[in-house]
Amino acid sequence: MPDDTPPQPPAIEVRDLHKYFGTAHVLRGVGVRAEDGDVVSLIGSSGSGKSTFLRCINMLETPSSGQIFLGGEELDLKPGRTGLVPKNRRQLEGFRSRLGMVFQSFNLWQHMTVLQNVIEGPVQILGLSRAEATDRAEAHLARVGLWEKRDAYPAYLSGGQQQRVAIARALAMDPRVMLFDEPTSALDPELVGEVLKVIRELADEGRTMLLVTHEMRFARDVSSRVLYLHQGQIEEEGPPAQVFGDPLSDRCRAFVASVH
Amino acid sequence: MDSAFDLLALSPPGWGGNLLMGLLRTLQIAVGAYALGLVIGLLGALGKLHGGPVLRWGLEFYTTVIRAIPELVLILLLYYAGTDLLNIVRESMGLERMDISGLWAGIYVIGLVQGAYSTEVFRGAFQSVPHGQVEAGRAMGLRPLTVLRRITLPIMLPYALPGLSNLWLITTKDTALLAVVGFSELALETRQAAGATREYFMFYMVAGGLYLAVTLVSTLGFGLLERRLRRGQPSQT
Repeated sequence: MPDDTPPQPPAIEVRDLHKYFGTAHVLRGVGVRAEDGDVVSLIGSSGSGKSTFLRCINMLETPSSGQIFLGGEELDLKPGRTGLVPKNRRQLEGFRSRLGMVFQSFNLWQHMTVLQNVIEGPVQILGLSRAEATDRAEAHLARVGLWEKRDAYPAYLSGGQQQRVAIARALAMDPRVMLFDEPTSALDPELVGEVLKVIRELADEGRTMLLVTHEMRFARDVSSRVLYLHQGQIEEEGPPAQVFGDPLSDRCRAFVASVH
Repeated sequence: MDSAFDLLALSPPGWGGNLLMGLLRTLQIAVGAYALGLVIGLLGALGKLHGGPVLRWGLEFYTTVIRAIPELVLILLLYYAGTDLLNIVRESMGLERMDISGLWAGIYVIGLVQGAYSTEVFRGAFQSVPHGQVEAGRAMGLRPLTVLRRITLPIMLPYALPGLSNLWLITTKDTALLAVVGFSELALETRQAAGATREYFMFYMVAGGLYLAVTLVSTLGFGLLERRLRRGQPSQT
């Protein structure tokens, strides 16, 4: 019996993205597609373009060409001076509010308490009342284990705690897709575990996410698919068992062997 | 010779009332000019950092010229040239000539000078804001003005404050330059009192004391403000 329901658009899809820094061609036609609930990891050596790719998805970097779809909606782009720019700033702001970004360097707002950091987006963007936003923020802080720290300022938290607050801040917007840009690379080794634990829980409960990471074991465990980038191109792509266990590309095999 | 108390009595023939009126005008000009300077400085810094080439060039011209010319010359120039210009415009529109009130002229002139300096103070402070803080706001979908109001400004202000408190103290003393255009602020009132009574030492000491008091109170105020703005940052030791 044929299935009559129209196919769900993917949660996020990026097609044929190119990026030049001056004359350097750092992304050479990279694409990614994630259905709801997918966890797609991007791995590769430094300079392979994986962070730049992630930052192009929410236009923190300007792509030179390519298409970006969120839930089937295409981001309207037009050529600008340094690359593609949004046709409509409001649309971009809407896209960004549905793409929760977690940075390598946390980027918590230093002049706000933990709680103020987490309610800022919901109050300013989603239009929630302060009381409602606070209720939700406390729940998010509780789930990352930092409810007790809600009135502390970020400077008084450890790196791992700051990153967990940053995750709560992203979650508070209830994003369609979460973008993690090397979330544990700036952490002391003993603090990596607490952050990975939170990300793993989010993956387990079906959060859609794109994850740029150097934590190979973790990527292998949580990902539904893994992309290996080399010099701005996808060199290998597939389920983690393939990319880590039996890659088609020799370069990918060498990379995986070197970091394992 | 009268005693210092008689000379400083608030009502004539004492000169105390005149000195206090002078101090009040000094403060009025200083507050007005400083506020104007802050507005110019904030917009000027944003223009220098985010404006197009024409705007940036214009602002560069403004800050360079204003900071290159001695303030006394600027005050004479802007006061007399400004009055002339205004009256030329008024006459061409068929209106009567008018005298600009010394208070407003002083505020505009010193505010324009302060604006050039505070443009540079704010520009430096804006550049000290870690880029990631701004990026986190943009990545969340905050509008540019919201990012400015909620993130960039509050993070920038502690960096600007030491420079701004300097500028405030300079503003309070720049007002004394307005004596040359005949505005009766504290310095001119003091000179008149001293000239009339020949008690130069006493009156200038009192004026100095009043300027010092303004400075001390201001320093206290800026200290409190800085503590408030630096909330969330561990004190550097």
